[in-house]
Amino acid sequence: MKDQDLAPWPQAGFDRRAFLKGSSAAAAATTLATHATQAQAQAAAPEIVGRQSRLVELKVNGKTASVRVEPRSTLLDVLRYQLQLTGAKPVSIDGSSGASTVIVDGKPIAANTTLALDCVGKSIQTVESLGGEKPDAVVSAFVHADAMQCGFCTPGFVVAVRAFLDKNPGATEEQIRSGLNGNLCRCGTYANVVMAALEVVKGGSRG
Amino acid sequence: MKSFEYSAPRDEAGVLSVLSAEAGHTEILAGGTDLIGLMKKFIVTPDRVVNIKEVRSLRGIDADSEGVTIGAVTNLDDILESPHLNEFPSVQQAIRNMSSPQLQAQGTIGGDLCQRPRCWFYRNGYGRLAAASLIADGDNRFHAIFGNEGAAKFVSASRLAPALVALGAEVRIIGPGSQDELFMPLASLFQTPRTEWQRETVLEPNQLLTHIRIPRQGAANGTYEVRHGEGPDYPLVAASAALRVESGIVRQAAIVLGQVAPTPWFSADAVRAIVGRPVTEVTADAAGEAAIATATPLSGNGYKVQLAKVAVKRAILSAAGLETGGF
Repeated sequence: MKDQDLAPWPQAGFDRRAFLKGSSAAAAATTLATHATQAQAQAAAPEIVGRQSRLVELKVNGKTASVRVEPRSTLLDVLRYQLQLTGAKPVSIDGSSGASTVIVDGKPIAANTTLALDCVGKSIQTVESLGGEKPDAVVSAFVHADAMQCGFCTPGFVVAVRAFLDKNPGATEEQIRSGLNGNLCRCGTYANVVMAALEVVKGGSRG
Repeated sequence: MKSFEYSAPRDEAGVLSVLSAEAGHTEILAGGTDLIGLMKKFIVTPDRVVNIKEVRSLRGIDADSEGVTIGAVTNLDDILESPHLNEFPSVQQAIRNMSSPQLQAQGTIGGDLCQRPRCWFYRNGYGRLAAASLIADGDNRFHAIFGNEGAAKFVSASRLAPALVALGAEVRIIGPGSQDELFMPLASLFQTPRTEWQRETVLEPNQLLTHIRIPRQGAANGTYEVRHGEGPDYPLVAASAALRVESGIVRQAAIVLGQVAPTPWFSADAVRAIVGRPVTEVTADAAGEAAIATATPLSGNGYKVQLAKVAVKRAILSAAGLETGGF
């Protein structure tokens, strides 16, 4: 009795040929039906982008740039090696260091865990947009507070401070400390980074 | 990173049409905070990546009198700032504890629930189950202290699952067919994998988690995570409690531990210990003691048993508004 319950394969009386015939006929019928519905649904079917590289436009620091990307290209690689915007740094592969922080549509994100194709049509702001002739208040405050040592984490910190203060212009020291938890500094310049951020808070939001 | 095809559908039906039934062929991309790192290390090597962030219906928070519905690609910082979540401090606390603003701005609630284990054997290419003997004899300080009899000894990584499971959250799952739709308790979403091809969730490769719904049950709730420090590292042990308290006595309770087992770990023993009693330091401590009675620590993670006890105690006190310490 037990063996029957387990239904050993191939089953007695099981006609594999009939099963196959039946199934192919059924499959043919389904194929026809699928073709009919596919014709209707064709317009709505999502595009699948192939593996090869293609030209896309990214909006970086207010300018539109044409770049050649594969689906696997990260935003960080495109910024650094095609647009020569080398401020954002490849430190960690999983974004845990915060050194690749850029602002996309107003939010601080790690460029090394973001695909470039994912940013098409979005507004990307890198640390380079905060420099120039008249640097952003955060950059000046970093210089003034000497908030760097080797400097490798600094661009990520500058962008993180800018994004945090845009959201919390009147932040307290405690809030700044917790608001910069996504960035790491191996030299340990945290104290001066907080000083710099506080200086920006005291001096008004944008310089 | 291995080369892959890419698709960013604009509606749910579009997502289902580009997902493959074959395990490992397709990966779903939301925030990318976990998946991109896994792909760079060739731990996950899909032939196709489907970005679901362009699907409008998957983003946003809706509230009605019975509950709060959150789309799977809603960012964690948006959830933290939403007034609809004010009656669920256990969820807010869990998000706040992630610390990193980048992680909160980029990560999504669906991604948090579906993220892969942080087990360092898995993350270094030894797999989750094949490494069982390596884990048993090796450095297992962050591994499971419950439900670790089988090959799976990693811990469920989700930060929000303990809070959401304790609150009785439900999930909506669609697929594989374009008309297939399924609602189930979030607790049933998680499973302990028996083969390398099974995931930590019951989702088939061509199914999609679309929404999470938290019912309003009037339960006091709180989360407590034992962490190394204030940074964005994963907690050593987490616990979340939801308590229905009437005239000072706990009438119903749900207590769920995180980072202790391959799934979120529902502690019936802790519930039995606290129901019918008032919440005090003593009863909360007794519930913590009850929670760890069945713990089976590995060679190097006995310390987590004590942390689990403390986490349960403080989660209960935090739900009752009596816990003020910790970070």
